[in-house]
Amino acid sequence: MRHDHVLTARQLSRGDVEEVLDRAAEIAADPSAVADRHAGALLGLCFFEPSTRTKMSFEAAIKRLGGDVVDMGSVESSSVKKGESLADTIRVIEGYADALVLRHPRQGAAKMASEFVDVPLLNAGDGAGHHPTQTLLDLFTIREAHGLDDLTIGIMGDLKYGRTVHSLAHALTTFDARQHFISPESLQLPRGVRYDLHEAGAQVREHTELEEVLPSLDVLYVTRIQRERFPDENEYRQVAGEYRIDSETLEAADDDLAVLHPLPRVDEIAPEIDDTEHANYFQQAHNGVPVRMALLDLLLEDADVGAIGGDAR
Amino acid sequence: MSERELRISKIQNGTVIDHVPGGESLNVLAVLGIDGTGGETVSIGMNVESDDLGRKDVVKVEDRELSQDEVDVLSLIAPDATINIIRDYEVVDKKRLDRPESVTGVLACPNHDCITAGDEPVDTTFEVLDNGVRCVYCETIIREDITDHIVR
Repeated sequence: MRHDHVLTARQLSRGDVEEVLDRAAEIAADPSAVADRHAGALLGLCFFEPSTRTKMSFEAAIKRLGGDVVDMGSVESSSVKKGESLADTIRVIEGYADALVLRHPRQGAAKMASEFVDVPLLNAGDGAGHHPTQTLLDLFTIREAHGLDDLTIGIMGDLKYGRTVHSLAHALTTFDARQHFISPESLQLPRGVRYDLHEAGAQVREHTELEEVLPSLDVLYVTRIQRERFPDENEYRQVAGEYRIDSETLEAADDDLAVLHPLPRVDEIAPEIDDTEHANYFQQAHNGVPVRMALLDLLLEDADVGAIGGDAR
Repeated sequence: MSERELRISKIQNGTVIDHVPGGESLNVLAVLGIDGTGGETVSIGMNVESDDLGRKDVVKVEDRELSQDEVDVLSLIAPDATINIIRDYEVVDKKRLDRPESVTGVLACPNHDCITAGDEPVDTTFEVLDNGVRCVYCETIIREDITDHIVR
């Protein structure tokens, strides 16, 4: 990895992705080998939005590498509540940690924050923008289930605001993947992502109905359609209902179809799928730890771990 | 001296921006950040007859020579504009606009959820595409009506 910060999946080459996934596979096979590799390292957690999986898996990852966290806590209990800018907050916390993890409701927050700090900064979600570390664990899960080349993947749900979708779509352009996007028309991919996919020469098709493509898929990546994206409850219920999968839906699917979901789900995947061979989403969530361990391991290898205070410019 | 020449008289020193699309001269000044507070004498000819454009605008800024970087940003709204640097009433340099790779502090991002729309110490920066511009922070692309987004 030749990056100080991990801001978008677009910045990651195929080589970068494979380096992280290979390291993650090594770690998953023998976690004890890296148990003290980053003893003393401190990871700064800056979550300006609620998070369960991402935050906890980063915390688990750094602790399993021998390090620890310093946590900003909730926005309500921090100086952000007093009106402090993100730029100031991040510059202060930089002095307390060897690397930073940032989640923020505004798009582009991680890129802006990265301009104010020298320690590695990882984007853990910036509004409807990107979520590159989720993408790495998604790719790890896909690689384990099917492989990343000669892949036919369906990505379904809220493609407009879904940051995990945007990052995954970008990352897949560096692999031999045929991407099918399935969503209501009102939630299709945003212009910026379409532009990048077009520029990258990606093989992309858009659909409004899953049935059109389901039998051809190796992987189905389901995302949640959020209530707040619709003006009224009825419209939401009608649309969301069309993008739900259950046992009956999957009768048309290949036996080896792997179903992924970044979680949390509401009801877009029926619980009856959980016990089938299709269900990969809980393993996917568990993969967050070795993948984030691998990423932190690579980023902290060259970092000035343990520097006290930092150089407050 | 004819009436037409009187309307857009020669300047002794400064910059003449010619071949601006008719009606765009105020946007030219906005993009250049010229709002009168710098004390420059500025003359504008709007909708002047032009053989090439039908109607064009001409902007003259006295006692200030605009640099190539300053004028390149005009390519977003007036790609065919020509820039004449004037010294002692003579044209001493003619510049053509090069499309810049990016423009900073010129356009506001239309995405209300963009970090640049928050209260942060950061200028907007847009990457210049073949057909539009793109916010380097939230990646929103603007293709139509770029002038509506000029920071004024």
